[in-house]
Amino acid sequence: MLTTPTPGPDRSAALLLLSDGRLPAGGYAHSAGLEQAIARGWVRDATTLGDYLRGRIHTTGLVSASFAAAAQHRTASAMEAGDAGGTEGLAPLGAALAGLDRELVARTPSPALRRIARDLGRMLLRAMRSIAPSTQPVLDAAGPVLQQPIAYGTVAAALGLTARDAAGLVLYEAAATPAVAAVKLLSIDPFATHRCLVGLAPELDELAERAAAFATADARDLPALAAPLSDIAAELHTNHDQRLFAS
Amino acid sequence: MTTTDATTSTTTSAQPRRALRLGVAGPVGTGKSSTIASLCRALADEFRIGVITNDIYTDEDARFLRAEGVLPEERIRAVETGACPHTAIRDDVTMNLLAVEDLERDFDPLDIVLVESGGDNLTATFSPSLVDAQLFVLDVAGGGDVARKGGPGIGRADLLVVNKIDLAPYVDVDVEQMLADATDAREGRAVLGVSRKQPETVEVLGQWVRDMHSTFREGGHTPQDPGPMAPHFHADESGEGGYVHSHDDGEPAHQH
Ligand SMILES: Nc1nc2c(ncn2[C@@H]2O[C@H](COP(=O)(O)OP(=O)(O)OP(=O)(O)O)[C@@H](O)[C@H]2O)c(=O)[nH]1
Ligand SMILES: [Mg+2]
Repeated sequence: MLTTPTPGPDRSAALLLLSDGRLPAGGYAHSAGLEQAIARGWVRDATTLGDYLRGRIHTTGLVSASFAAAAQHRTASAMEAGDAGGTEGLAPLGAALAGLDRELVARTPSPALRRIARDLGRMLLRAMRSIAPSTQPVLDAAGPVLQQPIAYGTVAAALGLTARDAAGLVLYEAAATPAVAAVKLLSIDPFATHRCLVGLAPELDELAERAAAFATADARDLPALAAPLSDIAAELHTNHDQRLFAS
Repeated sequence: MTTTDATTSTTTSAQPRRALRLGVAGPVGTGKSSTIASLCRALADEFRIGVITNDIYTDEDARFLRAEGVLPEERIRAVETGACPHTAIRDDVTMNLLAVEDLERDFDPLDIVLVESGGDNLTATFSPSLVDAQLFVLDVAGGGDVARKGGPGIGRADLLVVNKIDLAPYVDVDVEQMLADATDAREGRAVLGVSRKQPETVEVLGQWVRDMHSTFREGGHTPQDPGPMAPHFHADESGEGGYVHSHDDGEPAHQH
């Protein structure tokens, strides 16, 4: 028996759990391109780190967040249909998410980035099966292999979170992952990395609103902003011999 | 829940269908990769084996093992641990768990999956949600005292390997004494002195794995958690005295 958790402000604990960097879903081994950006001299200090993060959230961050919102919406709708006892219930969810996945893959030129997002998505789904067994019917319908932003949207819905929550979560993660990795990669004041995040907070919120507005949009109409250097960096990183981070 | 992830993920009956997942942990350079290579050489005719390596960075261990030619190279896969090998076998095992499950699926049926931890310190041990049993590898070159220092891996891994015993004369270590100290620290749990230059020691190691595999197959083995920390000492607030405690009761591990 599937019960759709009621969305609302009372779900904030679930949101904190998902956005916690300590969630055991393998994300800690990644720098979201920052290691290569530093190796290439594109990021050198707190100022250039701030620029890097800002560029990221306004481009691929917004794209990812929109896909997360769209995945949340499709998952929540399928859950409602399941609860209402509709004949199909959760069954169409897999195809709906696969459609989103194809659209997101088409917006990701770098094969390395696609592989990494797929691996991170699989890890999130795998971890959630163990962490929240009640989400199993939804995760079964969603399938085990989804790009990470879509996996986040699905998991968010399964935990009763909104499209806005899913978008905010993915945007925060897009900035926090490289920010936290920076202290291992640069000689940088660890307070300065979080100062960058605080500085970006208003933009993160604003972008999350914009992304959430795409929740019900057709997959083809989701944003397709690009950050070509990130794609190049991800490819270069796969041949970087002494890397600390997997990406 | 009393069962672990590793036991519930692919089986429900007492007789596990999936591979025995065997962890190999220990400090940097003690011979984890060499031990895996020796085991593959000794057992590859009897068992279908797969290997997951964890490096601090890059995939050097996987490359080493592929170069050794002990297994078809596609059965050796690397997991990159983002400079935190400890986390990947304990706090956040998802990367490794998925890698093991993928390997088991892609080369079904496998009998044994060996998981090499990235070299870390004496407190790094595998979570029982990732492996069914684990070896902890020390070497004589680290000094004869290390075994007495104890810690979760030395004290409570399923098997303690004291490796490179051929080097003992060069580093002034009395191997018999070191093995005796280790046996004391482990309250009788298994300890083996091993050198890859002494084939009879490698054969004993291989036999230990054979025995573990059959116990596991018969459902007679329950994964044990060596624990993140040995009982240890905290200085108290006033700076006078302190107290000894362990974290076995599920208290979260912390840094001192
Ligand atoms: N003399 C001697 N040397 C050994 C023996 N086993 C391993 N070594 C050497 O010890 C060194 C380290 O061995 P590895 O197997 O790479 O050690 P490891 O624990 O996997 O190292 P990390 O993965 O880097 O932590 C290598 O130079 C090996 O050749 C042994 O039995 N005798
Ligand atoms: Mg090694």
